[in-house]
Amino acid sequence: MASEEPLFDPSLKKRKKKAVAFIEDPLGAEADPTTPAPTSIDNHTTNGDAVDLGPTTLHEQFKQSQNGGPENGQPVDEVKEDDDFKSMFPEGLKKKKKKKDIPMDLDLGDDGSGAATPTTAPAVSEDLDFSDIKKKKKSTKKKAMEDFEKELNDAKAKDDPEDIDGDDGEHLNDIDEADLGDDPFAHGAPTGVDAGTEPWLTSDRDYTYPELLQRFYASLHASNPSLLTSTGKRYTIAPPQILREGNKRSIFANVADICKRMHRQPEHVIQFLFAEMGTTGSVDGAGRLVIKGRFQPKQVENVLRRYIVEYVTCKTCKSPDTLLTKENRIFFMSCESCGSRRSVNAIKSGFQAQVGRRKQ
Amino acid sequence: MSVQNLTAFDPFADEGDPLGGNQDVGSQQNYLHIRIQQRNGRKTLTTLQGLPKEYDPKKLLKAFKKEFACNGTLVDDEEMGQVIQLQGDQRVKIANFLTEEGIPKNTIKLHGF
Repeated sequence: MASEEPLFDPSLKKRKKKAVAFIEDPLGAEADPTTPAPTSIDNHTTNGDAVDLGPTTLHEQFKQSQNGGPENGQPVDEVKEDDDFKSMFPEGLKKKKKKKDIPMDLDLGDDGSGAATPTTAPAVSEDLDFSDIKKKKKSTKKKAMEDFEKELNDAKAKDDPEDIDGDDGEHLNDIDEADLGDDPFAHGAPTGVDAGTEPWLTSDRDYTYPELLQRFYASLHASNPSLLTSTGKRYTIAPPQILREGNKRSIFANVADICKRMHRQPEHVIQFLFAEMGTTGSVDGAGRLVIKGRFQPKQVENVLRRYIVEYVTCKTCKSPDTLLTKENRIFFMSCESCGSRRSVNAIKSGFQAQVGRRKQ
Repeated sequence: MSVQNLTAFDPFADEGDPLGGNQDVGSQQNYLHIRIQQRNGRKTLTTLQGLPKEYDPKKLLKAFKKEFACNGTLVDDEEMGQVIQLQGDQRVKIANFLTEEGIPKNTIKLHGF
């Protein structure tokens, strides 16, 4: 679908700039996976994605508040980034913030370390930006396709929020937009983390579920602090940078970076991209991928997400820590964390219709 | 002597294909593939490949064309067999149409961006 029209060019340009600023957060994520800064991008995803999964978020929240000290180095430059960001788009930000202010404010109040908040701002505005654009151009058709896929995933019981599927780019979906209203609920829990001072002790009222949950996590983490460091490492991938070259070619700039992040051969990823998008292309001198046809970052991201579900995440434990090896012309995916091993489908491009001029 | 109770259900038995219930998993035979291809400008083509034998592609094409108000054609491919090709992005419509006609949803694969 070539939904790219000159109409959207201004917003596109804007987004391009933003994407560059945005990219730095996931990079920071690699440096220190437990910092709230990177997780805030998908933390909010998870919240939006599966609201009823309180524990995971609470867990993270707790962790964030615990780790408040060590990650002080990062927020500084991130704040700077943020400032740059704001100065770049002074009104753009304000205009786009609507109801999302509410969860952000709650973040401010709830997190013991204020570290998460500076990056939440750009992330959220980024989200909004994306969804805004999407709202403008997205027809119900596209949404229906997503719905369809989602149902499919449900049918296959793949739709785990821990899945990368929800992780790497779900924040661009409009689901979380709708569900963000529940976000404060999830965030509301971890206030007053210390055990022993439960509020229901002093009053007559019954304890509520969030309070009990929080109490549970407090005691859990108090008894085994290893939980705070070992788990909760989110799998983040930088959003694809798509530039336009001329009128009918797109450049996927950070394909090498993304492949490295997924631990996959670029050839395999590229093959999948081409087969899935029904197009062709080449890799240019700078290691960027030149794709024939007009593609939006969102579209490439969708395809990448499908790739991750199919070829990166372990189907057993949902861990992205897998290796893809080829044996006797068959690809096998072995999981590093649970040791499972399975064969994956070969990439086939299927029927390609004749488009354009026929060669004589 | 055999314990009757234990023979009733083998917990370690292969629970069958999670994918489709057909013999050859992973091959493209048992999937309906709906693909999209970009043409010039914002025009696109939608192709439907791998239609089961019990459906008449000609009649299906006619129904598609009428339902989606688009043109289309039936292409004979030496590898893929008969492929329905429609003008425009009809992927979701095709998928919905086919599921309403009783084709199980997990045999339909929606490709594209």
